[in-house]
Amino acid sequence: MKNSRWLSVYAVAAYAFLHLPLVVLAVFSFNSSRFTQWEGFSLTWYKAAFADTQLAEATGNSLLIALAATLLATAVGTLGAYGLWKRNSPWITTSLYLSLVTPEIVMGISLLALYQWIFRYLAIRLGMHTVILAHVMFCTAYVVTVVSARLRAFDASLEEAAMDLGATEWQAFLRVTLPQLAPAVASAALLVFITSFDDYVITSLVAGVDSETLPMVIYAMARKGFNPSVNAISTLIVVALGGLILVSSRLERNEAER
Amino acid sequence: MNRLRFWCLTPAGALLGGLFLIPLGIIFAYSLLTRGPYGGVFSPLTWENYSRLADPLYAAILWRSLLYAVIVTAICLMLGFPLALFIARAGRRRNLYLSLVMVPFWSSFLVRTYAWMFLLRDTGLINSALLAAGVIREPLTLLYTPFAVILGLVYGYLPFMVLPVFATLERLDKSLIEASADLGATPGATLLHVIVPLSKPGILAGSILVFISSLGAYLTPDLLGGGKTIMIGNLVQNQFTTARDWPFGAALSLILMLVVMGLLVPLQRRGSEGLL
Amino acid sequence: MDDAVLELSRISKHYPGHRAVDNLSLRVPRGALFTLVGPSGCGKTTTLRLIAGFEEPTSGELLLNGSRMEHLRPYERNLSTVFQNYALFPHLTVRGNIEFGLLRRGDRQMAEPVRKVLDLLRIAGKESRYPHQLSGGERQRVALARSLVLAPEVLLLDEPLSALDPQLRKQVRAELRSIQRNVGITFLMVTHDQEEALSLSDHIAVMNGGRLEQTGAPQEIYLRPATRFVAGFLGAINWMEDIGVRPESTRVSTGPAPPEARSRRATVRSATFLGKCYHVEVSFDGGAIAVCEVPRDSHMVSPGQDVHLWWRAEDEMQFPAASQ
Repeated sequence: MKNSRWLSVYAVAAYAFLHLPLVVLAVFSFNSSRFTQWEGFSLTWYKAAFADTQLAEATGNSLLIALAATLLATAVGTLGAYGLWKRNSPWITTSLYLSLVTPEIVMGISLLALYQWIFRYLAIRLGMHTVILAHVMFCTAYVVTVVSARLRAFDASLEEAAMDLGATEWQAFLRVTLPQLAPAVASAALLVFITSFDDYVITSLVAGVDSETLPMVIYAMARKGFNPSVNAISTLIVVALGGLILVSSRLERNEAER
Repeated sequence: MNRLRFWCLTPAGALLGGLFLIPLGIIFAYSLLTRGPYGGVFSPLTWENYSRLADPLYAAILWRSLLYAVIVTAICLMLGFPLALFIARAGRRRNLYLSLVMVPFWSSFLVRTYAWMFLLRDTGLINSALLAAGVIREPLTLLYTPFAVILGLVYGYLPFMVLPVFATLERLDKSLIEASADLGATPGATLLHVIVPLSKPGILAGSILVFISSLGAYLTPDLLGGGKTIMIGNLVQNQFTTARDWPFGAALSLILMLVVMGLLVPLQRRGSEGLL
Repeated sequence: MDDAVLELSRISKHYPGHRAVDNLSLRVPRGALFTLVGPSGCGKTTTLRLIAGFEEPTSGELLLNGSRMEHLRPYERNLSTVFQNYALFPHLTVRGNIEFGLLRRGDRQMAEPVRKVLDLLRIAGKESRYPHQLSGGERQRVALARSLVLAPEVLLLDEPLSALDPQLRKQVRAELRSIQRNVGITFLMVTHDQEEALSLSDHIAVMNGGRLEQTGAPQEIYLRPATRFVAGFLGAINWMEDIGVRPESTRVSTGPAPPEARSRRATVRSATFLGKCYHVEVSFDGGAIAVCEVPRDSHMVSPGQDVHLWWRAEDEMQFPAASQ
């Protein structure tokens, strides 16, 4: 079945709709003028963005949070997917599924309510740790989904063969199953990193004064009014995250072809 | 064997229990309590937080959220179905075309929303271009309008429609399409009577995902809508921050969760296809 | 073969590096059950798809009732296909599947033709079932009904029996034949099963490597194959230099062969009981091996025994060296 001409024309328009806003944003991040008229190529706004200490600090926070969330959520999610593959648990599956589609704002305020309730009894406050925990929570379901998809295609008799040859359950998991899952785990980790790095809604609700993230700074700048530095930093984010997502989808595709 | 499984599931179970289910339980409890004089929550138990939803001020916001979600879902279906069909028929280039949908989808929701602010504001690119071309004399008010919110939501959630629909179209048995043509159906009739009915599971999954996401949207109406196009998500956020009326915010959240869970039932029965 | 409903004239279908169909010419007589037979990959299914319009020929002409049709889309051709996997619409009931083509045509009077075809195929009473609620045999009937209700000029059948289990296959084979006689529509069937082809057809065309090897009535093709390929494809054969004899025409005897017969001396290698007959394998001095089917009641031979292998001159098949 080939594509008819009108469908191809439509697809071009649809892809333009999806990509042009970002392309325009990137192009104008190189504009020497601060207004939306092209006045020549310049790196002014990139220099301004890099000189901004608030942006630098927020980027550091975001990277730290995303790395911690990636490590934890990938570990918890991979183990969880493996456990569910051994035998399904309707409770955990349903909760994971629900957490995937719960509106971010609801998840954010419910976590905030939990934290505030705990703070009545413990002398801790909102900060990096609360953000990291929140991110691990909403990212774990992504990892379980991606790794479970790979496990569905995994031949259970490989583990049985390993145990038949004298491996313990843990050894069978670590030496036989996990290596088979490695591409899916890596792909899931990249997705978690992207999701965590980019989150604004939940983060802004559970962040403390010392844990302002990059999306929070960008949000504040965008609300305040037009600032071409936002174009520059946005372009960098899109390019970086877009690169990661390409790597991630390549990992998944190579796996599908195996 | 059971011990290994137990240790594998414990972290995930603890995480979901402690940071997802218990917080939802707290929200449920708060929704039945009374607001304190300086924020905070107190007994006695009351249904008042739920009955306040009938207040015309709030009912209008709930109604608007539902309306926008329906409109966005309909537009995403109209735009997404042909795109999914195009990708499914693209042969060896399928993966490339699919990536072209996925890459912007994953690369920063905030930046994608900001990009539309950049295009739509009074001094934004669209207005500058139209003014320069002499089409208009005064800048059009595009940003902070219902139009901007719906546009932003469609832009944000279109891939939620494309993916599940593509997944069902990809699995469609080609011989059914040949059989349809063989029995005298023109391409249009085949689309209407064979392809669309058979991609119903994908259409249903995509529509529910788009609807749920739009209904609970916060960032898009916040950045593109301004004060006049508040949706439930913004109202919830408002109750937990500036208004400091947690019980009412909790009741709103719970209503939102109930709608989401109600819509998930048909989706889960058919498996979570294309959810990611 | 004057009245051809369908005619293929020098049809070719080339893919990069592969000629699926090569310069094929065929005439399908009106009202016949015509079978295209050949090993897998011989181009028979591609030929069927070219006729149905799912593929475009690289060159050549297709004529339906004398008019060119290679430029027509599948839905513009008055032909109908029974697919190998039946391709029943899973979202439609039996009735919905059968009415599908009539609705596309805009027919208003559907009740009568639908009732007739339901009766003909003995599926009345199953109209409101969905395909997944039917047995394999019933699905096949629905697929046939869906096509027959349109009264096509030619019904194309792609390996129609291959999805059925062997028990059912023989029964359906006979039924297919009687349905074809009953409706009088030309059937063009594709199969890789030579027994199926021989037992069902009025005419057979044997294909190999995208080319036509021979066409003719079943007896003609079986008994007078034009090439070694056809002879070997349609049944087992004993080769004695350039002469071929079918196993069922080959006899063994412990005594001398009848004077009018052709014969050779041979040694029995094995005798296997097959139920209806014995399968005897003999070898010649040169090491070549022949097989023959010996009736159960005839004098039994045992391995190592010297025998005469004989056959009648009229059962010999001879091929010019070029036909190899």
